[in-house]
Amino acid sequence: MYKILKAEFIAPNVKSFIIEAPHIAKKRQAGQFIILRVHDKGERIPITIADSNPDEGWINIIVQGLGKTSAHLNTLETGDHLQDLVGPLGLPTHIENWGTLVCISGGVGTAEALPIAAAGKAAGNRVISIIGARNKDLIIAENHMAELVDEVRISTDDGSAGRHGLVTDVLQDLMDEGVKPDMIVAIGPLPMMAAVSNQTKAIGIPTMVSLNAIMVDGTGMCGACRATVGGKTVFVCVDGPEFDGHQVDFKELGMRQKMYQKQEAESHKCFLERQMKKLKAEQVLAEV
Amino acid sequence: MKRERPQSFNTVPIKERLTIPRQDMPEQDALQRSTNFLEVNLGLNPEQAVIEAQRCIECKNPTCMDGCPVNIKIPDFIQLICNEDFLGAADKIKEDNSLPAVCGRVCPQETQCEEVCVVGKRFEAVAIGRLERFVADYAMIHGNGSTKVFDKPEPSGQKVAIVGSGPAGLAVASDLIKEGHEITVFEALHEFGGVLVYGIPEFRLPKAILREEVANLEAMGVKFVKNFIVGRTMTIQELMADEGFDAVFLGLGAGLPRFMNIPGENLNGVYSANEFLTRSNLMRGYEFPEWDTPLYRAKHAIIVGGGNTAMDAVRTAKRLGADEASIVYRRSEEEMPARNEEIHHAKEEGVAFLNLVNPIKFIGDEQGNVIAAECLRMELGEPDGSGRRRPIPMKGSEFTMKVDMVVIAVGNGSNPLIAQTTPEIETNKWGNIVADEDGKTSMEGVYAGGDIVSGGATVILAMGAGRKSAAAISEYLKSKVGSVV
Repeated sequence: MYKILKAEFIAPNVKSFIIEAPHIAKKRQAGQFIILRVHDKGERIPITIADSNPDEGWINIIVQGLGKTSAHLNTLETGDHLQDLVGPLGLPTHIENWGTLVCISGGVGTAEALPIAAAGKAAGNRVISIIGARNKDLIIAENHMAELVDEVRISTDDGSAGRHGLVTDVLQDLMDEGVKPDMIVAIGPLPMMAAVSNQTKAIGIPTMVSLNAIMVDGTGMCGACRATVGGKTVFVCVDGPEFDGHQVDFKELGMRQKMYQKQEAESHKCFLERQMKKLKAEQVLAEV
Repeated sequence: MKRERPQSFNTVPIKERLTIPRQDMPEQDALQRSTNFLEVNLGLNPEQAVIEAQRCIECKNPTCMDGCPVNIKIPDFIQLICNEDFLGAADKIKEDNSLPAVCGRVCPQETQCEEVCVVGKRFEAVAIGRLERFVADYAMIHGNGSTKVFDKPEPSGQKVAIVGSGPAGLAVASDLIKEGHEITVFEALHEFGGVLVYGIPEFRLPKAILREEVANLEAMGVKFVKNFIVGRTMTIQELMADEGFDAVFLGLGAGLPRFMNIPGENLNGVYSANEFLTRSNLMRGYEFPEWDTPLYRAKHAIIVGGGNTAMDAVRTAKRLGADEASIVYRRSEEEMPARNEEIHHAKEEGVAFLNLVNPIKFIGDEQGNVIAAECLRMELGEPDGSGRRRPIPMKGSEFTMKVDMVVIAVGNGSNPLIAQTTPEIETNKWGNIVADEDGKTSMEGVYAGGDIVSGGATVILAMGAGRKSAAAISEYLKSKVGSVV
């Protein structure tokens, strides 16, 4: 069992967990992920490591409650335990001094972009962060990012913070202002990474994306996380998770991510019904 | 090596022994079992076991032991069964095999001990596998652990790390703990057993049996650490330099699924056998949504391949409710690598066999779900490198099958994780770790055995390789003590 040292919501439905994991904390590098199980009948899900402290022996992950497992995970509090935790998995991010590095992130991807931005800065790059969200409440880690990089720009779909528009619009603004990115890293929802890759391919800026695929073991044993990159099949867990965005078949990966949509909805519904029953039972108890 | 003949307890005259029919093992009814995941074979009863043991003619020069990769003292344990000393028989097996309840179930005895059984030359071979299974199960229910065989040895003060808790690793652990070494088994997944837990289905090897065997080793003092990936969580160098391990055994298995490299293989509903079986066995996907991991419940499933893994997958698909679960195999049944028993059981359960057929393309709908397989018919030509007749596509024989799930069971390559993180360890062009007869690798103190060295093989061959490595590690540790003093 793996102890949760601290759990707190940092945005609606988005929770940050500090988890005791001394071995992983010591080993992990930017871009790597863990696989966890919430309970003894749970599924294995991959989550990127946002931060770690080798001296204190913990790692930090940021979780958006989307499906059954992440929703269940987000009910856990400080002092609770995870059933299983293994890592660090995947290849670390390749970092060098490119010149100007633009880190584009959306949703919880911003937490995952933090270690890459930090490593990019440490390697001597000028780092600009573009953070995208649906609205201002869903922007996470903005202040943390601001401490790490040279400049942070925001975009929201509804215009409630930063530029009214998409991250691709902000990137266009930057270039219109004369910024010449040498390298782009895009982390977040698949459509966002696809849009950025599409935009930068046309103008020839190298772009790295961090793919999130469905996984089981995470060691290359099962092949659930197959994706097509440059016409070849790769296993995201051992060959990635980071790939050249200009080579990724985003359409196929998008369809593969929806492989269990029906089952996931069923599972989530079961979970919510159980939670409701629990709540009702607690209410009844409270009234007695 | 000349060995003493065991004391005879067989009261049946030799000639009469040959007239006793081989005892059939009771099994669950085919129609019933094709809808559940309970074990198919039910095991002999004590009376049957004694009768079967009495079929042994006590050869002067028994060949059965040579047919066993771990050289179980088969004539000895059979005599103990004749004497109704079932616990004694189990202990006798455990001297050479730490997982008798597992091997009694999954070993291909018909190509090992039973193939060379002298009785089998003219009659049906003595059912050695069924007897092994019987005494192992009997000992689990009636025995009190393995106290008799394993008196606690003097601690050697030396530490051995075993990477992977599959059959090879468990065999090494069992042999080396008896010598007083401190043994730690590291497992990447969240349950112990390797392929025995993620690969072999419940209906062939109940997980409770495996847990019992692991618990036995734990009681003997073996430490088990789960969720620990050697190469990632810690490297081999760190295990040896920082954690003080004197030797390391790598029993990683052949964990890298092969695909066919044909169009449509990444469509939804196309699985590797490893993924399909792991979702079902390790993650209990067949109990979704009670368990969280989803798994396709297909109506028209095809499984590509003809090995034991393909049989496990097709029988799993059937149990998950497929109207049609079919094996698609490019050669004929004669060339199938699967055990006859598995093929036979699959047929009884209603599995269809499309032999001499090979898929060339999978077709999907707009959401990317597989809906059809385009196949070619094959014919057999001259023997190829494997000695089996080479399948040749027949021109113009294309046909399309409606499918909603495909499982690719055409074998495994070697997992690249250790090679990636430990360049000191030499690998060959297939990615297998290079090791000598005794499992010694190119890195000092590091040994390897099982599928990671041989490529995909059987449970018992992995255990045999593990035992050889255990003996070599034992010698190595002794020499280390010698050189320090």
